[in-house]
Amino acid sequence: MRIEAAFSTRTVRSARVRRNRWLGIGVVNLLLIALVCVVALPFVMMVFGSLKPQNEIYSTSIRVLPSKWYPNNYEKLFGETMYVRWYLNTLGVALARTILSLFLCTLAGFAFAKYEFRFKKPLLIFVIATFTLPFQVVLVPLYKMTQALGWTNTYWVLVVPFAANAFIIFLARQYILAVPSELLEAARIDGAGELSIFLKIVVPILKPALAVMSILLFNMAWNDYLWPLIVLNDQKLFILNLALPALRGPYGNEYGTVLAGATLATLPVVAVFVFMQRQFIEGIMAGALKS
Amino acid sequence: MSAPAVTAPPLTLGGRWDRWWTKNQIKVLPYVFIAPFFILFAIFLAYPILEAFYLSFMRQKGTDAPQFIGLLNYTNMLGDPRYLRSLGNTTWFALGSVFVLSPLAFFLAIAVNSRLVPWPNVKSVYRLAFFVPLLTSAVVTSLMFGILYDYNSGFLNAILINLWGEGAKVGWIRDPNVALWSILVISVWQFTGLNSLYFLAGLQNIPKEMEEAAIIDGAGRWALLTKITLPLLRPVILFVIVQAINGAYHLFAQPYLLTAGGPSDATLTMTMYLYETGFSYFNLGYASAIGYSLVLIIVALAMAQLWLFGAFRED
Repeated sequence: MRIEAAFSTRTVRSARVRRNRWLGIGVVNLLLIALVCVVALPFVMMVFGSLKPQNEIYSTSIRVLPSKWYPNNYEKLFGETMYVRWYLNTLGVALARTILSLFLCTLAGFAFAKYEFRFKKPLLIFVIATFTLPFQVVLVPLYKMTQALGWTNTYWVLVVPFAANAFIIFLARQYILAVPSELLEAARIDGAGELSIFLKIVVPILKPALAVMSILLFNMAWNDYLWPLIVLNDQKLFILNLALPALRGPYGNEYGTVLAGATLATLPVVAVFVFMQRQFIEGIMAGALKS
Repeated sequence: MSAPAVTAPPLTLGGRWDRWWTKNQIKVLPYVFIAPFFILFAIFLAYPILEAFYLSFMRQKGTDAPQFIGLLNYTNMLGDPRYLRSLGNTTWFALGSVFVLSPLAFFLAIAVNSRLVPWPNVKSVYRLAFFVPLLTSAVVTSLMFGILYDYNSGFLNAILINLWGEGAKVGWIRDPNVALWSILVISVWQFTGLNSLYFLAGLQNIPKEMEEAAIIDGAGRWALLTKITLPLLRPVILFVIVQAINGAYHLFAQPYLLTAGGPSDATLTMTMYLYETGFSYFNLGYASAIGYSLVLIIVALAMAQLWLFGAFRED
């Protein structure tokens, strides 16, 4: 606004400037709205496609809405596939991994942030150094190990190996560093034990950060694909990311159920996002800082 | 400090332990707190990293005993046309992300942040709308684009057929010259919103006074962009570029599900080649070497980033 004032008091052309400005507003917003439509297109095609018969999903006529609502894809999804089981597998694995990681990482992050002990620095540097490594490099040894443990085709194999997350411990430490040490000291003088200091003082203060880290961890588990692809081949244990492509059928063209399944897998995430935008964005921004 | 021993009550084992504990817990507990993390970390991350390094000097197929072959895996890589192809594709993809995705995200951020979108509510609607694609997993994303890209009756070709007839059809994922672009488009669709959020965060950190001072000094819009905004955004720009490159080296689900690396390896990425080598051909030694070549690239990248950020700190 102040910039605006600098312009208009200085020139007599202010009326034209203003008119140009409204033109600019119109053009830019139209472009942005067009872009929003482009972004929305795949979603729209997925949601409406899930309500179309096969011959309308693949069709040479341009048609976004189904000619009539066709619920059979959903009936087939629930009637003929193990969709509910796959959904619960995915939720269970993601939740278990999130809770386990959160516990391990905040506890260790607490130690790194608030205590002095030998080898603290080298240990921390070592952990941080590993999070720059691409995880693909450990796939082969990890696969051999899980085979030796007899863990292939179990839920363990999805939950345990990636629970000790180097990035989350780093993040947890950063958050806990911001908790004032005086608070902990005061509790200590009142005779509180170290574990109860952690549980009764640090954890409550950390709640917003825990929400952010949970979203981040849950998101990682929810998106996991390469590792489950390697270690699971029992359909009963499939998570959604493995099950959805498999629904395409032997010729890769049975798309109705795929789209129904993908829609139901996506909408809850979008709904949660709408309710928890701030934590979501903070979490994902923090997550991408992992470079 | 402590009470004289004569007046102290006789120590039970529990009492002695309690006393020792009160005195020493602050020294012991940190190790107890980090233990659960480090046990899992050592087993499932540190050890595999080392074992992969060891395996990369071995010939190991399936469950055979590993056999030391020195640097042969690494030298083989340099003569392996499929490896080189995957390296080339991945690099192409990284450059594509840097030169297409990042600038797009930048201009999007500039537009949304500018006075040309004067309503704060509308600004946040745009931000959220562009962010939503990030919420889909790579698998769902690939499946969504599968119905758009289908050759005979996908949505995009349906539009082309209706506009210009059968001859206008494009082999989005079956034409070797187009397929890599189609996959890049998916990444652009998914990540532009996130990257423009980074830029927005950077833009909002630029003090308004600086821009105003420049305008009063007679700077035009272009000068404002190139002399004030861009230099101040350099750390963010670097970060976004490094992210884009990193993303390219992790690309797997989209080519795996849409093109299976084809047509004729046109979309084979390094992660895909590693997966194929290790888990379709069970050539574990070679797959580990490919993994370490990725490590090399990413570590070099991290060094470059450090060096560049270091260089920026001086000015």
